[in-house]
Amino acid sequence: MGKVITEKQKTDLLYKKRTYWYRLGKDLKRNRYIYAMVLPAVLYYAIFHYAPMYGLQIAFKEYSTTIGIWNSPWSGFEHFKDFFSGYYFWPLIRNTVLISLFELMFAFPAPIILALLLNEVRRLAFKRTIQTITYLPHFISVVVVVGMLVDFTARDGLINQLTAMFGFEPIAFMQEASWFRPIYIGSGIWQGIGWGSIIYLAAMANVNPQLYEAAKMDGAGRFKQAWHITIPGILPTIVILFILQMGSMMTVGYEKIILMYNPMTYETADVISTYVYRKGILEANFSYSAAVGLFNSVINFALLIGANILSRKGTGSSLW
Amino acid sequence: MKRSAGEKVFDAGNTVFMILLMCATLYPFLYVLFASLSDPALVSQHRGLLLWPEGFSIEAYRLVFDNPMVLVGYGNTLIYVIGGTVLNMILTSMAAYALSRKKVMLGKPIMMAIVFTMFFSGGLIPTYLLVGDLGLVDTRWSMILPTAISAWNLIIMRTSFQGIPDSLEESAKIDGANDFTIFFRIIIPLSLPVMAVITLFYAVGHWNQYFNALVYLRDRDLFPLQLVLREILIQNSTDEFMTGISGGERHMIGETIKYATIIVATIPILFLYPMLQRFFVKGVLIGSLKE
Repeated sequence: MGKVITEKQKTDLLYKKRTYWYRLGKDLKRNRYIYAMVLPAVLYYAIFHYAPMYGLQIAFKEYSTTIGIWNSPWSGFEHFKDFFSGYYFWPLIRNTVLISLFELMFAFPAPIILALLLNEVRRLAFKRTIQTITYLPHFISVVVVVGMLVDFTARDGLINQLTAMFGFEPIAFMQEASWFRPIYIGSGIWQGIGWGSIIYLAAMANVNPQLYEAAKMDGAGRFKQAWHITIPGILPTIVILFILQMGSMMTVGYEKIILMYNPMTYETADVISTYVYRKGILEANFSYSAAVGLFNSVINFALLIGANILSRKGTGSSLW
Repeated sequence: MKRSAGEKVFDAGNTVFMILLMCATLYPFLYVLFASLSDPALVSQHRGLLLWPEGFSIEAYRLVFDNPMVLVGYGNTLIYVIGGTVLNMILTSMAAYALSRKKVMLGKPIMMAIVFTMFFSGGLIPTYLLVGDLGLVDTRWSMILPTAISAWNLIIMRTSFQGIPDSLEESAKIDGANDFTIFFRIIIPLSLPVMAVITLFYAVGHWNQYFNALVYLRDRDLFPLQLVLREILIQNSTDEFMTGISGGERHMIGETIKYATIIVATIPILFLYPMLQRFFVKGVLIGSLKE
């Protein structure tokens, strides 16, 4: 009796395996409306995201607009070699890594600190007001933000007027390479601190209130509660966001840098992605800048995977 | 509960810090607002913080609204915001609904293929060449099609749709509804908060977009407001506003023109913001907590 069933299961299994396409056909038919709804999205991703991945081969070719991607002759790793041995390689790597590191050190923890402090604000109306106000810069365009920066940091701008009152000499901040990173990171914190704190506040709201009750029973004050309950409670969220940040480590905000920098600050401001923009879009060096861009993406991807593995082993939370 | 002395000091310090933070966030906007309404001559002599407009003049605003580029930019931005957001919402919500259904064989692989694009992409140059090959460079489509769906927003919406009980859908199916009917009659009406939030995110994104315009557009008649702003605020070209104004006054009024343009470009967001705020916080929470 049992054997008969096993035989039947076997044939069922074989039947299922052999007929994946058959079942798919049935599924496509039964869920045709669902597939119709997702079709535009599939086309969009195929065209605007996967076709450029196909186009990445020009990094290994001598691309010419007239003959197209497919027909352009192969050049192997020439463009990569050019970039690695070129004058700009080390300065670009240094600037990219430094800006990213400073962001990790200062801009990443800022919303966490704000969320922890906001969590201690007892009056709800006050808390709401702070939140409403600090979210605001997130919605202001980067052009306006940089526009205000340029204006405030100008030689006769607001900041120099204020420092002049204390007897400081005026500084043309935007023309000084040494000021680029502080301005970039500082304004980034200004833009993102409030918005970034939302997710941590949400994570805090999800911490089990009984934990706080228990801690109070044991005589823990607010600082101990924050340290032993709140911070561990939001740690998974911190880790996830940290991994994501690692995954974009090498693509620092070129949209903002392109607006902020100028030949006088290239020394500290020029990063890989701005270089790709200049070489590729402005100077039409397509294959070369595609190679530089690919190098950048591969490093990002590797960093993301590395951070994910480390975090899964170390803390147990990971993206996948 | 009684607070210890240490806690009192901390609370006071925390309150002071929060007030300083609010000032640091708001004051730049207030400064710009006051300066834009000031008399150009007075504000150029003024030193230090502005706590109120120096004198009063709306001359800068008149010049801004007289400038054809600003108006053209405004018009174009409205086209990109409305057209782009409508396209974004149609494509994203349909895909999010389809991908939130569990018993669809290709659902999972499609989702994985979409998520993969968040971590790896062809990059700037191949994308630029593709947009060129499609004949979109220097057309309005280049501002709308390449960013038709954001994977991030798609995930938020999908998560939210997954939270709607299956039983609603099943009973509708028994009544003979197909997936389109369920989507429009059940899912959308039940998901208005998340729809509002994602609409806001997309619309703000289009409103603030400048980089794609910088890369894809040459024709000044297609420029969005942000590119016009870039010329005025960062490349400092305020001269075309001031035909018929003499050299000495130019520098002074050029400054107030900049301030007025910032205000003009920011006002729509400042107005929408308080109305939408309760929505978007809710929406971020819906999307970010699960998964």
